[in-house]
Amino acid sequence: METLISLAIGLLCGAGVYLVLRPRTFQVLMGLSLLSYAVNLFIFSMGSLSIDKEPIVRPGVTPDLQNYTDPMPQALVLTAIVIGFAMTALFLVVLLAQRGLTGSDHVDGEEERA
Amino acid sequence: MTPLIVAPILLPLATGALMLSLGDRRRTVKAVINLLSCVAGLAIAVALLLRIDGAESAGSVGVYLPGNWPVPFGIVFAVDRLTALMLVLSAGVGLASLMFALARWHHAGVHFHPLFQLQLMGLNGAFLAADLFNLFVFFEVMLAASYALLLHGGGGARVRAGLHYIAINLLASYLFLIGVAMIYGVMGSLSMADIAQKLPLVPAADRGLLHAGAAILAIALLAKAALWPLNFWLAPAYAAASAPVAALFAILTKVGVYAVLRLWTLCFPASAGASALFGADALVWGGLATLGFGTIGMMASQQLGRLASFSVITSSGTLLAAIGFGQAGITGGALFYLASATLGASALFLLVELVERVRQVEVDPPLADDGSDHLPFFVESPEPPPGANLDDDQEVLIGRAIPAALAFLGLAFMLSTLVIAGLPPLSGFVGKVAMLSALLEPQGPAAPGIAPKGWALFAMLIGSGLVAMIALSRVGIRQFWATHDLAPPRLRIIECLPVGLLLAACVLLVVRGDAVLRYMSATAEALQRPALYIDAVMAARPVRAAPGGPR
Repeated sequence: METLISLAIGLLCGAGVYLVLRPRTFQVLMGLSLLSYAVNLFIFSMGSLSIDKEPIVRPGVTPDLQNYTDPMPQALVLTAIVIGFAMTALFLVVLLAQRGLTGSDHVDGEEERA
Repeated sequence: MTPLIVAPILLPLATGALMLSLGDRRRTVKAVINLLSCVAGLAIAVALLLRIDGAESAGSVGVYLPGNWPVPFGIVFAVDRLTALMLVLSAGVGLASLMFALARWHHAGVHFHPLFQLQLMGLNGAFLAADLFNLFVFFEVMLAASYALLLHGGGGARVRAGLHYIAINLLASYLFLIGVAMIYGVMGSLSMADIAQKLPLVPAADRGLLHAGAAILAIALLAKAALWPLNFWLAPAYAAASAPVAALFAILTKVGVYAVLRLWTLCFPASAGASALFGADALVWGGLATLGFGTIGMMASQQLGRLASFSVITSSGTLLAAIGFGQAGITGGALFYLASATLGASALFLLVELVERVRQVEVDPPLADDGSDHLPFFVESPEPPPGANLDDDQEVLIGRAIPAALAFLGLAFMLSTLVIAGLPPLSGFVGKVAMLSALLEPQGPAAPGIAPKGWALFAMLIGSGLVAMIALSRVGIRQFWATHDLAPPRLRIIECLPVGLLLAACVLLVVRGDAVLRYMSATAEALQRPALYIDAVMAARPVRAAPGGPR
């Protein structure tokens, strides 16, 4: 499972970085979104991956990492998702504003001069 | 004192929420509420500073547990001398920017007042947070408000600069999260004090991962502190922002500097064993490169707004390089310089607009250098751009003329030049001299002489002061002397007052120089002894609920 998660994070991250470096604003936006997914998965994986374990304490079971998964990264990921989502929405607004003001979807607001 | 610690966060939050509920109209009511809140915020910050400074112990730290959970698990807000200093600075700069904005800028777009308060909340929260994740959250609050404030007033230049600013800061935020996650993966904790305490216990096999996490986190913070080569976003963004917003942004880069100073002195002191002074050379040389970049940028700028932006980069470089030495004397001088440079840059950003108005240019954003600009002298005044600012009544926003306005502007410009270039008799000079004299007296066991990096900083400090002086006086000559047919500028008192207050604060820093320098030295001494902060935070206990009362 570790291999699979690492590959997924690496793929998302690589695609995100490639798109962020593209000249169109929408590509940059998609790149930022992919990067945020990669980062969220990465935070999640920092809580030591485990199958069939829950983060909520049940009565009668010793509360340690043998029996449960670490709840902290899950809480962090929730916050990070919300913040990343809001920031993406804000970026989208600015993207549209620039499209309207300059008539171009280039990140600099004008096409490159040859 | 305990409830006072959380007040710098709650007050702007409550004010912002209240103003948001008032809707988009009723600007006068909101202006009054905002002003009152800013004054109260400054009073709270000063009260905190006096309490902290008045306490008996060397490293007095106030701790507040918002959720009332025991320490390494719950959220912690902590205030020490450094935090109190930053709170006062942000409240002071905020008040001055707001007063300036009340003259006309708060009419230029929607939701200026709530955003302004949320920006202050993010700033104060970042200074108060004592765990990494809340530091991240408050960074995001601060940045989200700054994205919107940067766009305040609208226009193509702002949107273009804002797009770059948002994209780069989002990327930096993701790096921040990766760094925090890696540190959590190694340490199993997010509380700064807990991490610093457990750091020597990290096994050698995990230390590389910890260092990698710390370095990634540092990249994120340094991008916000405008370290070269992560600072190319700064000059276009700050130069495009409206004057009061740019003045408020003068403290934004200092948040990055603050976070680096806090985390680095806490986690990697000289006593940290295998991790001692991790990354010190990177800070010093990176800071020196930033200092050089900012200095060259100041020299190359034709527009006053860009010149002020590069002066922010210069001060960031100075601070980062000085922090990297890890010596109390140099850090103390650097903190004095931080206070002076923040106030000076803020005043200069406000002056930019007033000075441009002297030339009868109702420029709304000072245009970026387009490469086709003329040499500094013998320039024709450019035509007023078609999009000059109009207020609600569609009249050009020009206030009542003050006869002495030109004299005021000239004097204020000269004073802020002295502050930024670090010339006597103003506060920049004291900070620089404190750093220079500490550089000449290296401390520590292995101090046979002054290291090459010490000489490099010594030379750069003096050289950058000289270049800043040349660049600013060149602009001053161009603005005040080489312009033909100067009509008396039209300024409002509420626009002059904040500039005057900021410069008066710089003068006060000099007049009360011994007391201020003593405070800064105490701050730096406490930073060199991280155990003080760690013990104070770890010793905090939740409040016991009253019998029968709700928890």
